[in-house]
Amino acid sequence: MDASAPPDAILLARIQFAFTVSFHFLFPAFTIGLASYLAVLNGLWLRTGQPHYLELFRYWVKIFALAFAMGVVSGLVMSYQFGTNWSVFSDRAGPVIGGPMAYEVLSAFFLEAGFLGIMLFGRDRVGPGLHMAACVMVAVGTAFSAFWILSVNSWMHTPAGFTIDPDTKQFLPVDYWQIIFNPSFPYRFVHTVTAAYLTTAFIVGGVGAYHLLRDRAAGRESSNATRTMFSMAMWMAVLVAPVQIVVGDLHGLNTLEHQPQKVMAMEGHYESYPEGQAPLYLFGLPNDEAQRLDYAVGIPGASSLILGHRFDAPIEGLDTIPDDEQPPVAIVFWSFRIMVAIGLLMLGLGVWALIARIRRRLYAIPSLHRAAVVMGPSGLIAVLAGWITTEVGRQPYTVYNLLRTSDSAAPLDAPAVAASLIAFVVVYFAVFGAGTWYILRLMSHEPGPSESRLAGIADGPIRTAGITPAQEEQARSRKRED
Amino acid sequence: MSITEGVSIDLTIVWAFIIAFAVLVYVVLDGFDLGIGMLFALEPGKSERDVMMNSVAPVWDGNETWLILGGGGLFAAFPLAYALILPALYVPIILMLLALIFRGVAFEFRWRARAWKRGWDICFIWGSGLAAFSQGIALGALLQGIAIDEAGRRYAGGWWDWLTPFTITVGVALMIGYALLGASWLVMKTTGTLQGRMRRVALRAAAGTIVFIGIVSLWTPFLQEGYYHRWFTGWGIGVAILVGLSVLGIGAFLARSLAPGRGDRAPFFLALALFVLCFGGLGVSMYPYIIPTEITIWEAAAPRASQIFMLVGALILVPIILAYTGYAYWVFRGKVTPDTGYH
Ligand code: HDD
Ligand code: HEM
Ligand code: HEM
Repeated sequence: MDASAPPDAILLARIQFAFTVSFHFLFPAFTIGLASYLAVLNGLWLRTGQPHYLELFRYWVKIFALAFAMGVVSGLVMSYQFGTNWSVFSDRAGPVIGGPMAYEVLSAFFLEAGFLGIMLFGRDRVGPGLHMAACVMVAVGTAFSAFWILSVNSWMHTPAGFTIDPDTKQFLPVDYWQIIFNPSFPYRFVHTVTAAYLTTAFIVGGVGAYHLLRDRAAGRESSNATRTMFSMAMWMAVLVAPVQIVVGDLHGLNTLEHQPQKVMAMEGHYESYPEGQAPLYLFGLPNDEAQRLDYAVGIPGASSLILGHRFDAPIEGLDTIPDDEQPPVAIVFWSFRIMVAIGLLMLGLGVWALIARIRRRLYAIPSLHRAAVVMGPSGLIAVLAGWITTEVGRQPYTVYNLLRTSDSAAPLDAPAVAASLIAFVVVYFAVFGAGTWYILRLMSHEPGPSESRLAGIADGPIRTAGITPAQEEQARSRKRED
Repeated sequence: MSITEGVSIDLTIVWAFIIAFAVLVYVVLDGFDLGIGMLFALEPGKSERDVMMNSVAPVWDGNETWLILGGGGLFAAFPLAYALILPALYVPIILMLLALIFRGVAFEFRWRARAWKRGWDICFIWGSGLAAFSQGIALGALLQGIAIDEAGRRYAGGWWDWLTPFTITVGVALMIGYALLGASWLVMKTTGTLQGRMRRVALRAAAGTIVFIGIVSLWTPFLQEGYYHRWFTGWGIGVAILVGLSVLGIGAFLARSLAPGRGDRAPFFLALALFVLCFGGLGVSMYPYIIPTEITIWEAAAPRASQIFMLVGALILVPIILAYTGYAYWVFRGKVTPDTGYH
């Protein structure tokens, strides 16, 4: 019945979506964790009155503001991408997923945006209690945001609680509880939010380690702030990385139940193992044409053990799946390995730091610090790799088993999509490249007693100053801080 | 008609109102901060620019969130309309999004840049202007109508259909209108010579806005027969005259309030009134269509179960949002002055 969009327009639309959402997610992955970290720092400052907590707060809040702004503008693009590029999908799935997305706007975005101003500019205007509340609200807002959008995304992977209208072909909601808490959602939510915390922890730890190394090279004592952030980050690494690995494993088992093709692709299992003893491939070159894993290196039986909890658990392979329902294996296979490898490395670094801490040498081992610097951006890479595994692994569907990607696209001409794709690529690299540069430049300063007010570098504004009614209050709080 | 049917019709109207409300709030709130962006071009001085930006820095993100609610709400409550309108307005919407990127990051990047501070100011100006212009184009294109296939579920036009003299006129009109909002906001938030200049700018923008309201209002009825009938037959004539007189009346008050030495707040609120009035007129033209004159709000509406699910959230959360948004504005009330703004 329907004249679908031309295939090249669909491919371009997919590339465009993948590009814009990948860029977008880099920012939330960092700011979800950072918002909580800032709330913790502010709480510690209010409770203990130790100045280095305030210094750290001021240091990271500037970086937060930059990352958050980039998250907001790239997110705005996402909320319109569904309609501009995936209009058929929007028409069909809108009645189901539109509701949760509206809740995201109402419960999360407004909360973040409303209290962000107070968090950044309002410390002197509202008093410490309300300022603390604003910090917490922003952190809560980011978590709500993740909740709703991941619920929507998970519904597309494991649709539940709906019927299909025979005339319009729209998905219609039947049970919102099932829609929101669809089978893959709890796993995806916990795994992704944990990922965001780890991502932030490693960035914070990397910056701390960088300054420890620089101070050491310059022969000066590191500031309290620097030591504290390195130490806090390493606690996170050793406590949260193992949790993430366990949750990831559970997530994978859930996927095995609901999207077996995806797990076959992650494992590189082209063939079935009806007798069990399925190997866990560590390396190999997926060859979709020949339906075979070339140069495979694997641990015999390990895959049966992980997925079926027995050496002789039978494992099905892609040979049980028709060709036109298989995802592209190589991308899924490799991105999955990258994520898992980083997860294991994170755990390794955490354990190393724990041992150093027990020996009271946490701030004294340059090789540990160098490793932490290298691992600084690893969370971002793992997060992207994870999403690529997830999303490519569900191809060729947008709504799993029900709506194909090729039937989801908007009726657009390829040149329109190509032109906008080029524009997005150019603008994103230029603008977000500049933003990343500014963030790195802020990170290259060591936090310490010299840490000035929020916008204090050189000629930034005191954003609240000069707004008349609060001036007295502000003078008072200045004194308090001195 | 059964009772449940009656209720379901009401829900669709309720949702139409909620979306319209979100769009209106967006237009007036982001309108003034986009306006300020454009007015940057007239104020090359560093301290003036800092003051102008600081007058909205704590609230701009919240303002823009109403745009997300407008888009997201349309997706949720009228998915078919969302699926038809967005591909039809592909180019202006992508331009708007790109413009909003430049302008949004300028708020933060500007303070971090050294050599490129001017560059981000230029991004702020052009981003604001282009965003305003493309929003106007989008509105114009929706008013002039969108080509839809026979089945009524797919956009059937080309990717340049939106470009006509009418849409460009609406684009320019919205830019001038936003400049009026921005300038009158600054009259309220600033003092001294900057405030004096903004009074004069606002006066000119007010004149321009009213002229363009006239042009667009007289043009619209000739775009589609439905509009003509609504405005120029029966009751319509009376309403049209009333609206026209109100616009002129508000315009006169606005002009008076902008004279030197007058109060600081009246201009902004009168400019708001002008926008609300025009928005009402727009509603009269479009009702009951969401895509004139092809798709009515009922044809595009999400099923009842979705409407109820979201209505519960909206009824609880929108008042809370309005409360803390109001609180945030209240926290940052008062004048922003140049001398105390820096280290
Ligand atoms: C810091 C980030 C990070 C780290 C260290 C890991 N993951 Fe992960 N993973 C994610 C971040 C992430 C993610 C970005 O959050 C994904 C993408 C979508 C999702 O549900 O979570 C994801 C998806 C994802 C999936 C796909 C599920 C699906 O789509 O159905 C599996 C099976 C795993 N992960 C398993 C693991 C395992 C076994 C790990 C242990 C070593 C691991 N992940 C470490
Ligand atoms: C935030 C991190 C995310 C990343 C990195 C990501 C990545 C990707 C990638 C790489 C593709 C292209 C797959 C392919 O063409 O083979 C894709 C497609 C898609 N994703 Fe995601 N995704 C993310 C989140 C989401 C979320 C939250 C949603 C829904 C709410 C979503 C919905 C879609 C849709 C509709 C497509 C287009 C159809 C398709 O090609 O599957 N994605 N995404
Ligand atoms: C395709 C799917 C997505 C869409 C349509 C989308 C939409 C948006 C929008 C419109 C904003 C700006 C909100 C504002 O103005 O404050 C935003 C920001 C944000 N989004 Fe996304 N988003 C998507 C994917 C995700 C995912 C997968 C997550 C997290 C798991 C996420 C978490 C956030 C957070 C925490 C923010 C706040 C800004 C920031 O922290 O950088 N989003 N998103």
